[in-house]
Amino acid sequence: MSKLGDTNVDAIAWFLGFVLITLAITYWAARRTRSTREYFAAGERISAVQNGFALAGDYMSAASFLGIAGLVATSGFDGLIYSVGWLVGWPVITFLIAEPLRNLGKYTFADVVAYRLKQRPVRIAAAASTLTVVAFYLIAQMVGAGNLIKLMFGLSYELALLIVGGVMLAYVLFGGMIATTWVQIIKAVLLLLGATLLAVLVLREFDMNPLNLFAAAATEYGPGVLAPGKLVANPLEAVSLGIALMFGCAGLPHILMRFYTVPDAATARRSVAYATSLIGFFYLVTFILGFGASILVGRKAITAVDAGGNMAAPLLAEVLGGTGFLGFISAVAFATILAVVAGLTLSGAAALSHDLWTHVIKKGEINEYEQLRVARWATVGLAILAILLGLVFKGQNVAFMVGLAFSIAASANFPALLLSMMWRRLTTRGAVASMVTGTVSSLVLILLSPTVWKDLLKFDEAIVPLKNPGIITVPLAFVVAIVVSLMKPEPEAEAGFDAAQRRMHLGPEG
Amino acid sequence: MTDHDAALAALIRRRWRIGAVLTAIMVVAYFGFILLVAFGKDTAGTLIADDSVSIGIILGAVVIVIAPVLTSIYVRWANKHHDPAIAAARINKP
Repeated sequence: MSKLGDTNVDAIAWFLGFVLITLAITYWAARRTRSTREYFAAGERISAVQNGFALAGDYMSAASFLGIAGLVATSGFDGLIYSVGWLVGWPVITFLIAEPLRNLGKYTFADVVAYRLKQRPVRIAAAASTLTVVAFYLIAQMVGAGNLIKLMFGLSYELALLIVGGVMLAYVLFGGMIATTWVQIIKAVLLLLGATLLAVLVLREFDMNPLNLFAAAATEYGPGVLAPGKLVANPLEAVSLGIALMFGCAGLPHILMRFYTVPDAATARRSVAYATSLIGFFYLVTFILGFGASILVGRKAITAVDAGGNMAAPLLAEVLGGTGFLGFISAVAFATILAVVAGLTLSGAAALSHDLWTHVIKKGEINEYEQLRVARWATVGLAILAILLGLVFKGQNVAFMVGLAFSIAASANFPALLLSMMWRRLTTRGAVASMVTGTVSSLVLILLSPTVWKDLLKFDEAIVPLKNPGIITVPLAFVVAIVVSLMKPEPEAEAGFDAAQRRMHLGPEG
Repeated sequence: MTDHDAALAALIRRRWRIGAVLTAIMVVAYFGFILLVAFGKDTAGTLIADDSVSIGIILGAVVIVIAPVLTSIYVRWANKHHDPAIAAARINKP
C-alpha cells in the first residue's frame, strides 16, 4: 500500500531544507537588489552555464515532469509527442531570437518589438498578451500545485496555495531576478538529479537496456503502447499542437526575459545551448520513467491514486527507493512548482511596471526609485492574483490552460517579435494588429473548441473541431501583421531598421 | 554605404541565413515526425529489434537528440567564425 498522501517526514524535511536554503539566498540577493536592472535582469551578471540551468528550471514544470511521465505510463507512445514538441522550440530560440533579443532589449520582449515602432501602442498590446499568457500559465500551475500537494503531503488545497504563493512572493519581492535565478538553478539540479537517479533505478531492473524495458511494456500491455494512440486521432490536431508547442516556446515571456540576465549576446547564445541539452536529456529520462512506472507500479495502481496518471513518477520512486525517495521526489515536485510560479510572476511584474507604468503611463520619464517600487507592488498584486485564481479554479480541469498559454504565446508574441527583427516594413499598426489578433483569436477558438465547449460547458458538438488553434492562429497573426503593415507604410519605422539590425547583431556599442 | 558598412551588412545577412537554414532543418525534422505519427500510424508503430521498440520511438528520440546537436553546431559556428569576423570588421572601421 502506498504511503503517498500520508504525512511524510522525509518529504517535509527535504522541502523545508529547500525553502530554507532558497530563503537564505533570497536574503543575500535582496541586499544586492537596489535597481530595476538587478530586480529584472539580475544585474546582467549571470553566466552561460548558470542561465542554461535557470532556463531549464523555468521550463521543466511539474506538468512536464509528472504530466509526461503519467501520460507515458498510462498511454505509452503518446507522451513522446509532447516531449518532442516541448523541446523543438529551443533551437528556434537559439537560431533566431536569443541574440537579437539580448542586444536590443532591456527587460521585456516588448522592448524589441517597440524598438523602432511607436512605444505606447506596442507596449500596451505586448503587455496585454504577456499578462494573458502569464495568467493562464499561473492558473494551471496553481491548481496543479494545490492538487499535487494535497496528494503528496496530505495538506489542504487552500493551505498549499498559500504556501506556494507566500514563499514565491518572498523570493520575487525581496530577491528579484537574482533570487529567482538561483531558485531555478537549484530546482533544476535537484529535478535532474532526482529524475536521473530514478531512471537508473528503473533501468537496473532491465539490465540497463531501455529496449528490454520497452519489450516488457509491449508484453504486458500489447505492442500498441509503442505506437501512436488516441492523441493523434486527428492528423490536423497533431500538426496544430506541434505549431503551438514549437513557436509558443519562443514566445513565452518568462523564458525570453532570461536572456537579459546575461552580460552579452555570446553568453545568451551559449546559455540556450546548455538549456537545450539539459531539457532534451530530461525528456528522454521522463520517457523511461513513464514506461518504468507502467510496469513496476502498474497502470491500475497509478490511476487508482490519480485518474490523470500524474502520480506515476512519485509512486515509482516509492516502489524503487522507499518512502525516503518518495519524500525526495515529492519535495522536488513542490520546489518545481514554486520556482516556475516565481519566474512567471516576475515576468508579469516586468510587463506591468516596465511596459505599462514606465513607458505607457509615465512615457519613460520616471526615476529609478519609483520604478523599483512599482515593480514590487506589481509583484505583490500578481502573487495575490495567483492565489485567487487558484481558489477560483479549484476542482476544474485546467490542464488545457498550459496549451492555451502556448497557443497565445505562439500566435500573439512570436510573429510580432520575429517580424520586428527581420522585416523592414513592419509598422506599429501591423505589430499591434498581429498581437491583438493572436491573443483574441486563440482565446475565441479555445472557447469554441471541444475542450471548453464539450468537456467543460457540456454542449453536444464543438463549434470548432480543433482542440489547439495553432494551425489557424499563428498563420493568421503573420498574415494580419503583413497585410496591415502594407496597407499604410510607416517611414519612420522603416528608417530605423538598419540601425536596429546593427544593434541586434553588434550590440549596443555598434 | 561605406565598404565597412557593406562588410558588416554581409556578415549580418549571413547570420540570418544560417539561422534560417538551421531553423528549417529543425522544422522539417519535427513536422516530419509529427506527420509520420499522424498519417503513418502503422509505420510509426512497426516493431524492430526483436519487437522491443517501434520506429516511432526511435525517430522521436532522434528528434530529441537533433535539437541540442543543431544548437551546439550553431553555437560553435558563431563562436569560432561569426564573432571573430564581426570583431575583424570592427577593427577595420575607417
